[in-house]
Amino acid sequence: MTKRVALLYGLMCLVLIAIGFLQSWNVAFGIFNLCVISAVMALGVNMQWGYAGLFNVGVMGFTALGGLTAVLVSMPPVGEAWSVAGGDIALSVLSLVATIVAVIYARRVVPPALKLPVTIILLLAGYFLIGVFFGPATDAIESIDPALSGYLGGAGLPVLVAWPIAGLVAAGAGWLIGRIALGLRADYLAIATLGISEIIIAIIKYEEWLSRGVKNVTGIPRPVPYEVDLIESEWFISLANFFGANEVSDAAGLFVKLCYAVLFVVVLAIIMWFAERALKSPWGRMMRAIRDNRDAAAAMGKDVKRRHLQTFVLGCAVCGIAGAMLTTLDGQLTPTSYIPLRYTFLIWVMVILGGSGNNWGSILGGFIIWFLWVEAEPFGNWFMTTITAPLGEQSELAQHLVAGAAYMRYLMMGAILLVVMRFAPKGLIPEATNRSTAMTRSS
Amino acid sequence: MEILNALALFANFVVVPATAYGAQLALGALGVTLIFGILRFANFAHGELMSFGTMITILVTWFLQNMGVSIAPFPTALLALPIGVLAAISMALVTDRMVFRFYRKQRSNPIVFAIVSVGVMFLIAGIIRIVIGPADQSFADGQRFIIGAFDSRRALGLDEGIAIKQSQLITVVVTAVVVAWLFWFLQKTRSGKAMRAYSDDEDLALLSGINPERVVMICWVIAAALAAIAGTLYGLDKTYKPFIFLQILLPIFAATILGGIGQPVGAILGAFIVAFSEVTVTYAFKKFLAYLGPTDWAPEGLVQLLSTDYKFAVSFIILVAVLLIRPTGIIRGKVI
Amino acid sequence: MSFLSATGMTGGYGGTDILHDCTITVEKGEVAVVVGPNGAGKSTAMKAVFGMLNLREGSVVLDGKDITSLAPQDRVPQGMGFVPQNRNVFVSMTVEENLDMGAFIRDDDGIEETKQQIFDLFPILGEKRNQPAGELSGGQRQQVAVGRALMTRPKLLMLDEPTAGVSPIVMDELFDKILEVAKTGVAILMVEQNARQALEIADHGFVLVQGRNRFTDTGEALLANEEVRRSFLGG
Ligand SMILES: Nc1ncnc2c1ncn2[C@@H]1O[C@H](COP(=O)(O)OP(=O)(O)O)[C@@H](O)[C@H]1O
Ligand SMILES: [Mg+2]
Repeated sequence: MTKRVALLYGLMCLVLIAIGFLQSWNVAFGIFNLCVISAVMALGVNMQWGYAGLFNVGVMGFTALGGLTAVLVSMPPVGEAWSVAGGDIALSVLSLVATIVAVIYARRVVPPALKLPVTIILLLAGYFLIGVFFGPATDAIESIDPALSGYLGGAGLPVLVAWPIAGLVAAGAGWLIGRIALGLRADYLAIATLGISEIIIAIIKYEEWLSRGVKNVTGIPRPVPYEVDLIESEWFISLANFFGANEVSDAAGLFVKLCYAVLFVVVLAIIMWFAERALKSPWGRMMRAIRDNRDAAAAMGKDVKRRHLQTFVLGCAVCGIAGAMLTTLDGQLTPTSYIPLRYTFLIWVMVILGGSGNNWGSILGGFIIWFLWVEAEPFGNWFMTTITAPLGEQSELAQHLVAGAAYMRYLMMGAILLVVMRFAPKGLIPEATNRSTAMTRSS
Repeated sequence: MEILNALALFANFVVVPATAYGAQLALGALGVTLIFGILRFANFAHGELMSFGTMITILVTWFLQNMGVSIAPFPTALLALPIGVLAAISMALVTDRMVFRFYRKQRSNPIVFAIVSVGVMFLIAGIIRIVIGPADQSFADGQRFIIGAFDSRRALGLDEGIAIKQSQLITVVVTAVVVAWLFWFLQKTRSGKAMRAYSDDEDLALLSGINPERVVMICWVIAAALAAIAGTLYGLDKTYKPFIFLQILLPIFAATILGGIGQPVGAILGAFIVAFSEVTVTYAFKKFLAYLGPTDWAPEGLVQLLSTDYKFAVSFIILVAVLLIRPTGIIRGKVI
Repeated sequence: MSFLSATGMTGGYGGTDILHDCTITVEKGEVAVVVGPNGAGKSTAMKAVFGMLNLREGSVVLDGKDITSLAPQDRVPQGMGFVPQNRNVFVSMTVEENLDMGAFIRDDDGIEETKQQIFDLFPILGEKRNQPAGELSGGQRQQVAVGRALMTRPKLLMLDEPTAGVSPIVMDELFDKILEVAKTGVAILMVEQNARQALEIADHGFVLVQGRNRFTDTGEALLANEEVRRSFLGG
């Protein structure tokens, strides 16, 4: 078992090293960093699916929420926006609070039959009240230097602070959705999470006052040095010379990636440590007992819904942290880049391939799948060019097929998922215990 | 007069488009609810199945247009639709044979089915993007309007007209025919009753000598046919965008759950409720209220509850409300 | 050889074996009853006879034909009808549709005739033919279930606790009807909780304990057997 783990991890390392020698170390570490982030996301999904059997189809939403948090924490505040719209925003927040208080109070005092209509009326009234203040506020904010800012900005804190906060924010969203959809049919959670993730993306795309929408927030402050500073500093140039680098700028790029790699690996290690501890604790054993035989566990007095909620929230938090890491690495938040196939379903392929329920498997799955996802493009190009070669370069069909080559990766991911589910449902690194009972319907 | 104008405005911008949209959703939701009822899982590949059938219809439409074949004033796509339907059915049957049947034999957990349906979704999405590309495609031809805004204004003698696009009328007519046929099939035919029996209790269906593989096959055939029709009508009415078919799963699932899982009547009800809510909530009532209010008065702002960017939020809110208030749906469906 | 002879059945639901070398036989026109304590494997034995269980050992022979490897849905055309213990009607379908489902495998002209016979046998079903079966009382449901099984025109009718949850009067009535069916030449295999009453109408009885045959004899002999009375019939 452990031999297998070592072997597979070793192979993955060899592949990345080969990329380093054959292509460049910059490329290798670029892939490595995203592999680590993917591994963190896969760990989060594995907590939900592997520990508890919960099908979260909203990974993208929680990741994006993490990215948004990174912006809101780390970008400098736009003082002008706050000064023109601060009052209105304060009034909006006040209206929001008032609405919530009114709803809670009304639900206590009105007779049960009237609860629903009264709640709806109050919510609608509150919605319009907030709109009265909020509409002008957003207009004002968005008209301030729209090309460069046009939003409120952030808190101006170091971006690393955003990572744990991103976890908290995503956990909060997960808690809300879990409260609603857990305890019902298993596929209801899937559908509800699908919904929440689309809405989170819509908010990030269209609320310009919040994060500039599709105009993107760029230039998020880095937790690591900038290349331009590095190539001008004495110590770095001597360091680069010491390692015999040809180009100082290449070396600077590599150095930055290395810094990120160290940060990311530290986060991965911390999360992994907690995840393994949790899995081996009585809590983890109970989670698996619930997963494998929910009815029996419920009969033994376990509060299944509560346990599920705990794991679900934890998993969402980890996805949120990964999202913040990703945005930090990119240095920008681009809402249009969030598509479910890439940010939700790809993570699922990672977890399934790695081995549901096994954290080491999830990390490995994250590495392999990200690597394949990146390499599928050149491969797809090569493949399409080869099979269309007989048609000649002028052929329209050939050109069309080569243009679509990038989408070979979808085919590849679908095939991997289906083949693993069919022929090796336990994945590359199977869970230590027997989960056969979890996979069959109890009737 | 003013009231009539307001009503005409409302009909033009809410009732007509929502009816067409509701019909398209209904066809999708019927397929999802049948699969829920018979195969007992949430099929995440259903959107892509719609997309696939539509894509084949588009390719055949282009071919026909190139050949100079036309059934003007009707869109050529109607002529191509049967091929798209056949293609979607073939795709569904092939994926069932290659993927889902194995898990059925194993009696796998529904969630396992849902996950493998994600694999199928990836595959179909890949095929679609390689074949037709990720960009928008428009393939509607033929007459655009049955009743233009101008004509209807004159006919009604109002300031506001009720324009009806041909695609909207086709959508409603086709949906009505298909739904009528489906209910006749389910209620009156041997195979239809077998499907209902299987959906009710699969073990007892076995004891009656009903062949489950046959029921499953019929279920896929119907669901895929409805999917291809729904996607094509949606594409005729708006445009064909490959990426939309993952998002459209949300209103379709919302309609299915709202109606009650495995309940065809519920799926239709749910679809129209979702469609009308979505269109109403994202409609700007400014002009409507201006007609109703005193002369020369108009409300400030658009009086729009939710910007159209958030139309999917409507489905989500409906979904959440159903889960909170009545998880079994309007017509009590299968809830474990 | 008996009309149905299920011999040496050994197997379970995938885990440990529930049945151990269990044998059950029925003759044409006779009523055979399986009794035993709760969890003895009576229902499991019925499912095994109907092919809903993978048997590790043993065989099922119906009318001289080995059907051990047939799927359940393929045993129906062979002349087997089964009323399971629970969930034995299609709750969302009307009484008549339930009966129609029973006739699913038939393509002869006699379907309406069989239906009429069933309405004669269970008049209440005729009255409620357009009502969803899920809305009926427990006793009525059992009648629908038996009716559905009879619609296949079985040569062997298997009933798993047909009288569970019905009043004693309805129980007697049901037993009478079952005897009537047996008189038409159908072999009846029945699991019963009400062991004494069931053995009274039985030609043969099987006492099952922990998946094994404990006693096998005529109904009369079992009722007379001191040990059977003490352990299984409550004195
Ligand atoms: N579907 C099943 N899966 C696994 N074990 C089962 C199943 N049904 C019954 N059993 C087990 O088989 C044994 C016999 O059950 P059953 O045949 O229902 O008994 P009886 O009908 O005599 O009361 C019991 O121990 C029961 O727990
Ligand atoms: Mg029993």
